[in-house]
This record gives sequence, structure tokens and C-alpha cells, in this order.
Amino acid sequence: MHVELTEEQEMIRAMAREFADKEVRPIAAEIDRDARFPRETVRRMGALGLLGMTIPPAYGGSGADAVSYVVAMEEIAKACASHAVILSVNNSLYCEPVYKYGSEEQRQRLLVPFVTGEKIGCFALTEPQAGSDATNQTTLAVRAGDHYVVNGRKVFVTSGRESSAALVFCQTDRGQGHGGISVLIIESGTPGFLVPKVEEKLGLRASDTAEFLFEDCRVPVANRLGDEGLGIKIAMSSLDSGRIGIAAQALGIAAGAYELAVAYARERRSFGVPIGQHQMVQWMLADMATAIDAARLLTLRAAALKDAKKPFGTAAAMAKLFASETAMKATTDAIQVHGGYGYIKDFQVERYFRDAKITQIYEGTSQIQKLVIARSLLGGA
Amino acid sequence: MKILVPIKQVPDTATQVRVAADARAIESAGITWIISPYDEFAVEEALRIKEKRGQGEVVAVSLGPDRVKEALRSCLAMGADRAIHVNDPAFADADTLTTARALAAVIKQEAPQLAIFGRQAIDDDMGALPAQVAELLGWPSLYWIMEEAIAADGASIRAGRQVEGGLEVFEASLPCVLAAQKGLNEPRYPTLKGIMGAKKKEIKDLKAADLGIAPEPPQLSVARLESLPPRPPGRVIGGDVHEAVRELVRALREEAKAI
Ligand SMILES: Cc1cc2nc3c(=O)[nH]c(=O)nc-3n(C[C@H](O)[C@H](O)[C@H](O)COP(=O)(O)OP(=O)(O)OC[C@H]3O[C@@H](n4cnc5c(N)ncnc54)[C@H](O)[C@@H]3O)c2cc1C
Repeated sequence: MHVELTEEQEMIRAMAREFADKEVRPIAAEIDRDARFPRETVRRMGALGLLGMTIPPAYGGSGADAVSYVVAMEEIAKACASHAVILSVNNSLYCEPVYKYGSEEQRQRLLVPFVTGEKIGCFALTEPQAGSDATNQTTLAVRAGDHYVVNGRKVFVTSGRESSAALVFCQTDRGQGHGGISVLIIESGTPGFLVPKVEEKLGLRASDTAEFLFEDCRVPVANRLGDEGLGIKIAMSSLDSGRIGIAAQALGIAAGAYELAVAYARERRSFGVPIGQHQMVQWMLADMATAIDAARLLTLRAAALKDAKKPFGTAAAMAKLFASETAMKATTDAIQVHGGYGYIKDFQVERYFRDAKITQIYEGTSQIQKLVIARSLLGGA
Repeated sequence: MKILVPIKQVPDTATQVRVAADARAIESAGITWIISPYDEFAVEEALRIKEKRGQGEVVAVSLGPDRVKEALRSCLAMGADRAIHVNDPAFADADTLTTARALAAVIKQEAPQLAIFGRQAIDDDMGALPAQVAELLGWPSLYWIMEEAIAADGASIRAGRQVEGGLEVFEASLPCVLAAQKGLNEPRYPTLKGIMGAKKKEIKDLKAADLGIAPEPPQLSVARLESLPPRPPGRVIGGDVHEAVRELVRALREEAKAI
């Protein structure tokens, strides 16, 4: 078994780290404080090829593998979790499904500009009554000639206000239950597509989380992704990939907080020695380092399975579950290592702590990951 | 315009350098290797010249062991067209003059209009190569370059070098050697596409024999490396402020002889 990255993957890590350290880290505290979407650096990520990493060169991407994606995500998340989620949603939840299920015409029109960073995309599955219970969709799309007329509400859409297009999951045939769910790509500015609200959040404050309202919104049939009724299949396969991205984000948050804690443990002195000399502080750091390494290996394994075109859904759920729980624990302990200063905004760890929490919730809560994992263990039983 | 950029792979600036047991080299285990930062300015400038002129070729060259390929591949990822690796155990003990002879031989074979170096490598800080290579080739050389502009006809270059308090602008005929100073440009990151494309570009391996040279025993060899003695601990002057200030001034004047 190989546990070493290739030279190319190491170069991608070095590039992402350098970019994150020079351009993302310096603004991370400020965009968190002001809840400001970092348009400039997102455009830079597009120019560097980070927004559509795995998309083939024919559509403006770089054709990188999933392992490279994990490596780049970890480095960006180490500096700023908001940048990382913007990256993750655009890569896994917008570009990948549009590439995988889109027609040639749709790929040219609705994929290429989203790979290059000219535009960004989002994924609108969750509704007020359909979170964990994602198939309980009520947004309706009624066919009228060469259009659908869409009515309904979506909540918690990451990058919702900033996006130029959204994958919107709708009921096209209510009689069919979740077999009647389809995906429409709805472009911003389409009449009847409203963004009434952007949420105020605990963390990920530089990422906008928006509510969508559709009022008799007419969407061309040419914007349907895949056949009618494919919605849940598209959602589930996108979320399987997405979970690898979120696992990498959680890993990056944990690793970023850990690095700050190690640096602080070397500097801060109490009772005449650096606090890193106290065994109980060492204990926390050792636990953090071990869990982070385990999370990294689980995440890389899920990505490697995907690259090998093997089933990876369960591995991705395990990685996402473990990495997000690790992020919460590691950021909590990173504050503990900092003592009172960790609770103060001047020291970055409190932001990592606030950012970590969401990784246990979106793209399937930790409880839902356990359901997914258990179901794969027990089969239909 | 063909531009050759000789680069050196050096330990990362964050490396805790340790002297090896034989006291003639540094401990190489666990070192992360990077392109010497001044050489990155050189690569960037070469790429900019090519982009500005709309045509040309940028060739990265390095002399060193196998690991040097990584640094060359980074140059290819940044946008260099191809690379040359002078990889021959015969050069293991090369001093600057031997290295300069090898690079001059590569330059003669490749016949570029310009060779851009970094002003010095950040490991041993010799800064000798650009001048030695220029001397061997009979080309003009300009050090500490902060800006450059090549004439439209490609026959000459105007280059500004940093001097105390200002810029000294020279005119030189091409071909010539430049040595880049910090501030010349801001090197780009390789893009993902650049990284993915790098493995398709050529890195040519050359031995001393391919260059028609036989390395001579070095005229310069390291006699001994010594670590700096550890810095003495700082001293805290406590007590009454007036007394402490007086003591501080006395110590600065009489002990440190700083004022
Ligand atoms: C910042 C942010 C960004 C988001 N981005 C997006 C996005 O881009 N696109 C999108 O579509 N959605 C997005 N979401 C929505 C997110 O995926 C959902 O919030 C999440 O799936 C949970 O759904 P819910 O909030 O309705 O919670 P609920 O489903 O109501 O869950 C409440 C609690 O009950 C538990 N629970 C529910 N069902 C079960 C069960 N069967 N067994 C055990 N426990 C259960 C849950 O684990 C949780 O603890 C985002 C949310 C946030 C906060």
C-alpha cells in the first residue's frame, strides 16, 4: 500500500499552501468579522485552476484526481474554512454533476465559465422541511411547453447570492414520490428567482448562505440536468463526492488549529517552562496529531477509491464523520491550549472553533453519516 | 528569443540546518528542497520576456543529483518550455568554477540570447556563478537587476541594477548574463494546469561527456563547516525605572559598545 503522494500531488499541495498563506490567511479574520464574500481571491482560485480541479481540460479544467482535490482543499481550509466551502461546493456539487450528467451544449454553456472562475455555481437541495429528510421535496416544476414553471423555497444554499447558476431539485411528477424529483439549472436573474435572505451565521461567515424563492419562475427545458426523475440519483452521487470535499475541509480546519496550538505551546510559558513541557498539554497535542492523521488517511482513502473507480460512498461517509468530529475536538482543544487568549478574537483559534461546527451538519449530519455507514454494513436488514 | 535560466535547488528557508558528522557538508536528511528564491525571480522574468515578445523559449537548467529534477519540474509547471539536468556523479564535488564551466558548455550548446541567474543561491551565498559563466563565454554580465527592457530588434538590453540609494541603468549588447535581485518581479504560482502539464515536458539528462568536458578536481573545497555558537540569553534589567535606564545606558555603552 502506498501512503505517499506523487510528486505532482506534492506540487499541488505546495501551490495551494503558498496561495493560502500569501493571499487567503492575511484576509481570513477580516472577512470573517465583516461576513464579506471574498470575490477577489475566489477569482484567483479560478485562475489557478482550483475551482474545477477534476474537470477535463476540454472543459477548462485540469483533469486532476480526487486525491489532489483533497490535498488542495486541506491547504485552503487550513487558512480559511469559508474559502474552502466555496471551493468545495463549486467543485463537487456544481461542476462535477454538470460535467457528469450534462449534455455537450450544457457543458459548454453552464460548465466552462464555472470551471475558470468567471462564474460560480451552487446546489439547492435543502428545503425548510427537507434537510436530513432530503427526498421530502416540495418545490414544484410544472412543464409548460419548452419551459418548466417553478414554485417553491430553498434554504441554506452555500454561495447562493454570489452564484450565477444553481442546481435546483424540484418535483416534476409528484405522483412518483422521490422518483419524480428532477434537477433544473436555474440562472441568477431569471424572472421569478428571488434571493430574499442571507443568513447570519456562527461560522463560515465569509461564505454566503442564502434562501431562494421561486415564484412562477420559467426555466427552459434545455436547462434540465439529466432526465426527469434523476434528481435523487444526482443528489446522492454528488453528495458522495461532496463528502470527500467536506472531510478535507474539516481536516484542514483541524490541522490549521493544531498548527496554531503547537506554535503557541512552544512560546507561552508558565511555571518557568514553555507550556508544551507540561505533560497534560503534550497529551492534548498528541491526541490532536493522531486524530488528524487518521482523518487524513480516511479522507485520502475515500479519494483514492474514487480515483480507482471503485465504490467509495461508505468510505466517504466514514471520512466525513471522523474528520468533522476531529475538527470539533481539535479546535476545542486548540482553544484550551491557548487558555484565555484562545477565547479572544486576536488569536485565530476561536474562528477555527466556530468554523468547525458546520462540518458536523452539512452534506449530511454526523447522525446521517452513521445511518449511511450502518446501512452499508447491514445491507437491507 | 531563447532564454536559459540556470537554477539551484536549495534547502527550504525554514530548515534547521545541522552540520554533518564530517563537518564538510550539512545534514541532508529531512530537508525540504526548494528553488532558490532569487532563481524564481529569474524564471519569472524569462517567462515575462517570452510573453511580452509573443514568442520564444525558456529553458531551465540545473546541475545536481537526482532530487534536482523536482526543482526543474517546478520550473516547467511555472511555464518553462523544457529543462536540462546536468546529472553526473563526476560533478559531486564541483566548485563554482567547475559548475560555471559545465553551465557555460550548456549555454554554448543551446546558444540562447540571454541567460538569467539569481544574484546568489540562498544556501552558500557565493554569488559567483553569473560572473564566472559570463567570463567563460565572453559575455557582458549585469548583477542585482531590478528591471530590464530588451530592444525590439532583440540586439540589446537596458537593465537597471540596484545600487545604494538608487538605480544604475546599463545598456548591454545581447547575448548577455543577468543576475536577478529581489524586487525584479513577483514570481507566479504554478497553475494546476501548469503542474499537470509539466510531466509532458522534456527534461534532458546530460553527462559531462555530452558537454565535451572532463571535470577537473575542484580548486576550491570546503575545509570545515562550523555552527554559530548559541546566542547568549537576553538580560532583563529590573528594579527602579531611573536606575534601570541608567544601567541600560551604561551596559549599551560599556559592555555592548553599541552607543
Ligand atoms: C452553513 C450551511 C450551509 C449549507 N449549505 C447547503 C447547500 O449548499 N445546499 C443544500 O442543499 N443544503 C445546505 N445546507 C443544509 C444542510 O445540509 C442541512 O442543514 C443538513 O442536511 C441538516 O438538515 P436540517 O438542518 O433540516 O436538520 P434536520 O434534518 O432537521 O436534523 C435535526 C437533527 O435531527 C437529526 N436527525 C434527523 N433525521 C435523523 C434520523 N433519521 N436519524 C437520526 N438523527 C436524525 C439530525 O442529525 C440533527 O441532529 C447548509 C446548511 C448550513 C447551516
